[in-house]
Order: sequence, then structure tokens, then C-alpha cells
Amino acid sequence: FCFIDRTSTSSDCFKKPKTKRAKRFLEKREPKLTENTKNAILIKVIQKIPNPYLFFFRKNITRPFEDQTSLEFFSKKSDCSLFLFGSHNKKRPNNLIIGRMFDYHVLDMIELGIEKFVSLKDIKNSKCPEGTKPMLIFAGDTFDLNEEYRRLKSLLIDFFRGPTVPTIRLAGLEYVLHFTAMDGKIYMRSYKVLLKKSGCKIPRIELEEMGPSLDLVMRRTHLASEDLYKLSLKQPKICSAPYMFFNTEPVLK
Amino acid sequence: MAALCVEELLARAEQREAEPHRSVAVQKELELEFDLGNLLALDRNPPRAAGAQRESRLRSLARDNTQLLVAQLWGLPAGRAEGATGPLVAQLPEPFYRLPREKPLPRPRPPTRWEQFARLKGIRRRKRTSLVWDEAAKQWRRRWGYARAGGDPARDWLIEVPAGADPNEDQFAKRLRDKREKVARNEFNRLRNIARGALPGRGLHPTGHQSRAELGRATQVARVSTASLGRFQPRLPKEPAAPPPRGGKKRRFEPLLGDLAAERSRQLELLRGLGSKKPPLDLTRAVNKQLREEDAQAAAGKGKKRGQRGKRGRQRPGGGKGPAGGKGKKGGARRQQQRPAGRKRS
Repeated sequence: FCFIDRTSTSSDCFKKPKTKRAKRFLEKREPKLTENTKNAILIKVIQKIPNPYLFFFRKNITRPFEDQTSLEFFSKKSDCSLFLFGSHNKKRPNNLIIGRMFDYHVLDMIELGIEKFVSLKDIKNSKCPEGTKPMLIFAGDTFDLNEEYRRLKSLLIDFFRGPTVPTIRLAGLEYVLHFTAMDGKIYMRSYKVLLKKSGCKIPRIELEEMGPSLDLVMRRTHLASEDLYKLSLKQPKICSAPYMFFNTEPVLK
Repeated sequence: MAALCVEELLARAEQREAEPHRSVAVQKELELEFDLGNLLALDRNPPRAAGAQRESRLRSLARDNTQLLVAQLWGLPAGRAEGATGPLVAQLPEPFYRLPREKPLPRPRPPTRWEQFARLKGIRRRKRTSLVWDEAAKQWRRRWGYARAGGDPARDWLIEVPAGADPNEDQFAKRLRDKREKVARNEFNRLRNIARGALPGRGLHPTGHQSRAELGRATQVARVSTASLGRFQPRLPKEPAAPPPRGGKKRRFEPLLGDLAAERSRQLELLRGLGSKKPPLDLTRAVNKQLREEDAQAAAGKGKKRGQRGKRGRQRPGGGKGPAGGKGKKGGARRQQQRPAGRKRS
């Protein structure tokens, strides 16, 4: 006997789709072996983050840390598994809650306070094209030692990495997001990459500060329990990385 | 000659030193970790960018890290996309850093009735053509839809009565009935496949089609799904009374101020037993009881064998409800354990 989930109506399962389009729509949302690129919901957004895979909501959603049902409802309806919730009140000024879902229920949620913010518009120079896959760099040993920082790192990678591609145009590596954990704060900087001539094949990198830069402070967290997190990490057995890089040398797995 | 060479070398060294902005070498205490599939680099060195010149120090740290990452990416096997003049494109490896999935893994589903049959008979799927030859119209027509082969409405004005059929039977009505029956049977089979979990409906039962046993199980599970596990749920007027609680794990105590007469008689019986000289164990009775139990077990064993042969598949009404109650309780506990982190389930 099966427990019926409150958010799924019985009609979801039994209505046979009448058109091919509806069938494709339902198949896209089914659990699959290789998943779709994750989409994000932005709620009451304060700043703009260049990410083309966003859905923008202005509805009045209650606080995520108290009640997650409205968030989960929106996630189910729009088929988005990442969310970003911005708010401001006296107790928690300039608040940003970044989170992700597993099976349309909240998996991890981390509340960050924005101490300093420089937007895209404040820095006047040319930007990189929208939709560029960014290079992500995390600096600082806190990202490995502290459990909450580790989850935050995983969350940020999930958020910003974009679609998984098999090949990449080397000249198109224009965008880098650099996160530094230092003195209890997280400094996020976005740079535009300029490839200059050097003596050898590898180009010399020069960086130009481009996009939004944030100084973040971690506030509350709502992390998934170990076993739920392990369940969400389970991958199908077919595909696995053939080798991995450690200390700049490929090591056969 | 040697002096000239040395001068050249010194000049070159000076030149190299004067152009630090052309070098791609970066010094780091701890090596970085790379996941090129995600364009990711992890730097474990404690950052030294505190203080007044934080922005410039952060930028130089970022520059160094990006330089290392780009050096790795340039080391990947690369080719030219779209011919010899296309852009230089590198082959990325699979992303290594494990990130949680969006949705759980799809569960392996049992095959549908048709799939089982096809596997048995060795029937393989053949791709159908979209056009079919229509003999009457002598042209290629669609398989279904507007102006389909064999779908011309004009041909339906006459149906021949088949050889063995009743001449007074309405063939048009019969055709309509047959079509309706076919559609209903197809729908029934589809729902049966969903109930078995062979289709993505995942075993949930549609309302109105549940059997009596399933409804009984559903009500039992619903009853036990309260915070007190169903102890204080009122029963409907015609609902059967609660089955006696299983086990005897808890001791049962009589109420303090119950039946005074019964208590009195019980105490007197006890005293009489203590006072009499009879031994507490009546040997003959004990032996008879044991013999009777053994006979009953032997009889039950014989009866079960006979019962299994004849009454296979028929459920015992008591057996249907009991395990379902237990299942509900266990299921609820397991469910709660899986999702402890702040989820409200009303």
C-alpha cells in the first residue's frame, strides 16, 4: 500500500496525457538516470546574478526557515530544484537564503547576510556574454574543515556551474567566480578573464573585476541529515568518472 | 667568446625578470585540487588577504588560482571544431565532484502485461509507417487522422450480417458496443499496470475501483496515522469493533474499584486453595491436556494441507486486517525516520 503525498493529486498519475506535447512535458519531469540541468527560482531578488536558467517570482512567500510548504509548492509547479530568497528586516538585514531541493522537498538551506554588495551596474566595463559557463574557485581551508562551509561550497557549485558539457571552447573561458573564506566571512568576486600572450602555449591570465561582488556572512543553516544527503547523492551505476585530478596529476581510479 | 655568452645570458635573465607579467608560473604551498568537468578548482591554502589591501590581494589570489586552472584546462586533449579553422575546443572529463540529484533515482519497474507477453513470444517492436495503402481509394493515405485509410464515413452505410449471426441483431449497435468494450478493457489494463507499478503511476489506486480488502487496509492505515496511533479514534456505527490487542507484553491490571463481589470471591478461592491439602498440579489433567494439544496440532497439520490444495488464493478475513495494521505502524515509523529535518506533515 502506498502513502499518497499531499502535494501530488491523484489526477497526476492516472490522467493519460492526451497530446504528444503533454507526454513530453511529463517525461521531462520524471526522475531519470541522467538529469536535466537544474533550474532556480528567485524570490524577491535584491541583486541580479548572471544566470540564464532562472524563474522569477514576486509572490509573497513566507519565511523559508519556518514554513517550507509554499517553497516546495512553487518548486513542484515550476520544476525548479534551486532557490534564492532575498529579504530584509530589522532583525536580519540584507538576508539571502540559498537552497536546493530533493524530490521537491527542501534538502539544504543556508542563510547568508550580505555585508557589502557591488552590483554589475556599479562597475562600468564590458561584461562577458550571458550564459557563459563560469570557472569556480574556492579558496580557504575552511571550505574543507567546517561542515557547514562544505555544504555551502556544494550548494554554490550546484547553483553556479551551469549545464554539464562534454567539450568547451578554450577561448570562451571568460568568466570566473572566486569564493574566499576568511575571517568568518565569504568573499565572492566575479572577474572577467583576459588571455594574454605568454612565452609558452598556456596563456597568461589577467583578471578584470566585472560582475557582482558580495561579502557574505553565514547566519542560520538548515542542512539535510546525513542519510538523506547520502540518498540524494546516489548516482546510477552506469556512468562514473574514469579518472580524477589530484595535485595536478591524473590518477587512474 | 665566453664573456659574450655570459653577457647574453645575463641580458636574457634581466629581460625575464623585467617581464614578470608574461610568466605563467605560480607558486603555491599546497597544490590545488581540480575538477575540470565542472571547471572547478579548490585551493586549500589559508588565504592571506586580510587587512587594508584586501581587494588587490584577493584579486591577485584569484589571478593565481585562475592561472593554475587555465593551465590544467589547456593541458586537456584539444581539437579544432568544424574543420581546421574552427575554434580550439577541449574535451572535458566527466564531472568528479558529487552533487546531490534533483530527484531520486528511477525505481526499476516490473514489465507491463504486454511486455511480459512480448518477451515470452519473442515479439519485437517494429516501427510503423505513417502512410498505408488504401485499396478502396487506390492511394496512400495516413494511418490515422484526417482522410485516413479505411476511415471514409461513406463506407459505413452497410454492414453485412456475418454467416453465423442472428439476422435480427443490430450490427451497428453491436459494432458500437464492441468498440466501447475494447476501450474499457484497454483502460482497465492500463490501470492494472499502474497498480502493479509497471507504469509511472507508481501503484496508487484510483478512487472508485478499490476492492473491499484494499478499502479495509486503507481505513486501517488512516486510523493508525494519528499521533496516538489510533487509540482514540471513534468508530463508525457499523464498523467492526477493535480487534483485541495482540501480544501480552504489558501486564493488565484490573481497575481498583471494580466488582466488589468478584474480588471477594476471588480472594476466598485463593484462601481455600492455600488451605486445602491437595497438590496444586493435577497430574492426570495435565497429561490429558498435553495429549489433547498434540492431537489438535496433528489434525491442524492435516487440515492445512487439504485446505491449501482446495482453497488456494482465497484470503482469510482475519489475516487480511491484522498484518495491515502492523504494516501501517511500521510504515509510519520508517517514513518519519527518513525525513527528520524540519518537515511538517499534517
